[in-house]
Amino acid sequence: MPNVCLIDYGAGNLHSAARGLERASPTADLKLTVSADPADILDADRIVLPGVGAFASCSEGLRSRPGLEEAVHEAVRERGRPFLGICVGMQLLADWGEEHGGSRGLELIPGRVKAMKADGLRLPHMGWNDVSSLTDHPLLPANGDAYFVHSFAFDGADEHVIAEATYGETFPAVVAKDNVAGAQFHPEKSGAYGQAFLRNFLEWKP
Amino acid sequence: MTLKTRLIPCLDVANGRVVKGVNFVDLVDAGDPVQAAAAYAEAGADEICFLDITASHEDRGTLLDTVTKTAQEALCPLTVGGGVRSADDMKALLRAGADKVAINSAAVRDPNVLTEASLAVGAQCVVCAIDAKNVAPGRWAIFTHGGRKPTGIDAVAFAQQAEKKGAGEILLTSMDRDGVKTGYDLELLRAVTGAVNVPVIASGGAGALDHLSDAVLEGGASAVLAASIFHFGTYTITEAKQAMEARGIPVRRTW
Repeated sequence: MPNVCLIDYGAGNLHSAARGLERASPTADLKLTVSADPADILDADRIVLPGVGAFASCSEGLRSRPGLEEAVHEAVRERGRPFLGICVGMQLLADWGEEHGGSRGLELIPGRVKAMKADGLRLPHMGWNDVSSLTDHPLLPANGDAYFVHSFAFDGADEHVIAEATYGETFPAVVAKDNVAGAQFHPEKSGAYGQAFLRNFLEWKP
Repeated sequence: MTLKTRLIPCLDVANGRVVKGVNFVDLVDAGDPVQAAAAYAEAGADEICFLDITASHEDRGTLLDTVTKTAQEALCPLTVGGGVRSADDMKALLRAGADKVAINSAAVRDPNVLTEASLAVGAQCVVCAIDAKNVAPGRWAIFTHGGRKPTGIDAVAFAQQAEKKGAGEILLTSMDRDGVKTGYDLELLRAVTGAVNVPVIASGGAGALDHLSDAVLEGGASAVLAASIFHFGTYTITEAKQAMEARGIPVRRTW
């Protein structure tokens, strides 16, 4: 039975992410655990880190759960479990985020999270925008519209950016390195595109 | 490769049912919020707005269950407002399944609540809802508590202050046009969209498909919100998007 842990570290909107994963599941027997308990994270076959809000408060939320960060690192690095960060959860994969004075990320994909400039367009970048695949990656559905809401963007190495989007500037829509991936958009809110993306994650064998 | 203009059906909710008032007074039952939201998402709504219009002045019941059910059934973003007084209220709604939370009276009372909220949940989740009424040529004042309480505060200046304090979006409702279907107040929209750099949602007055496009092309709105024209089946979401696209506005056509 596939066992997915959705990390609950106080960062909002777990129902939608949970329901999105359930709907997207190719099998009916998906076991979904919503938890911040290191034991649950280490038990899971796949791990999802959601995120709504600010980098700094999410980073603090992660660190205030005893053993959580260590469990994530062990699951990802030692056990090679597929790991997906969503929105701020994607940004937390980076080394550092500059929002609200700056704070450390999970250091799973090299990069920094910086304020968007968007060439003077209104911020946040809020709404449906095209996601363009840059490579043939098993996580990526055919190009489509996904729902974004953010003012900060991942600034990492080109080799880890597998899809991009454009709003005044071009920025990573999906990053991936080995068994770790992150989506700047909200797949659980992104209609058919988002459901296809989540299904791909549940079937991903990195 | 471009950001699409959002079309947002608004579910005004009182006592767990969708209602739509004319000038906030005469309420007509227009259905179950969870079903309506799911139907709109299926039909291609880019976002759903859910306003508990009784919340600021009556006992605040538990909205959270309805929000959770709605968020689970609708595969598109959900903005929830009504009776939000603090960053803690916002967090509770976000945890229940809302993607953004609108704050109205409480922000007018103390704009610092926007800062507190944006530090706690991120500016992108914080919508400042402004209900404005034309009080003199080129001047609009803010009304709170479902449009019943005048404040004398200038709407344009307040929108700027809201942005500075941490609002990530402005939901701008014209009290004069709400429910009367004669089109959005384009002058008000232009004044506010020209004064702030966050997205502005036009609200109040949509009665014909061209009104939606006018709000974007002439008013500078990033998103258009409507209730009556959709709730009573006057137009479908697809018809609205076709009309907007025909006037050159980028819209999402696949879902």
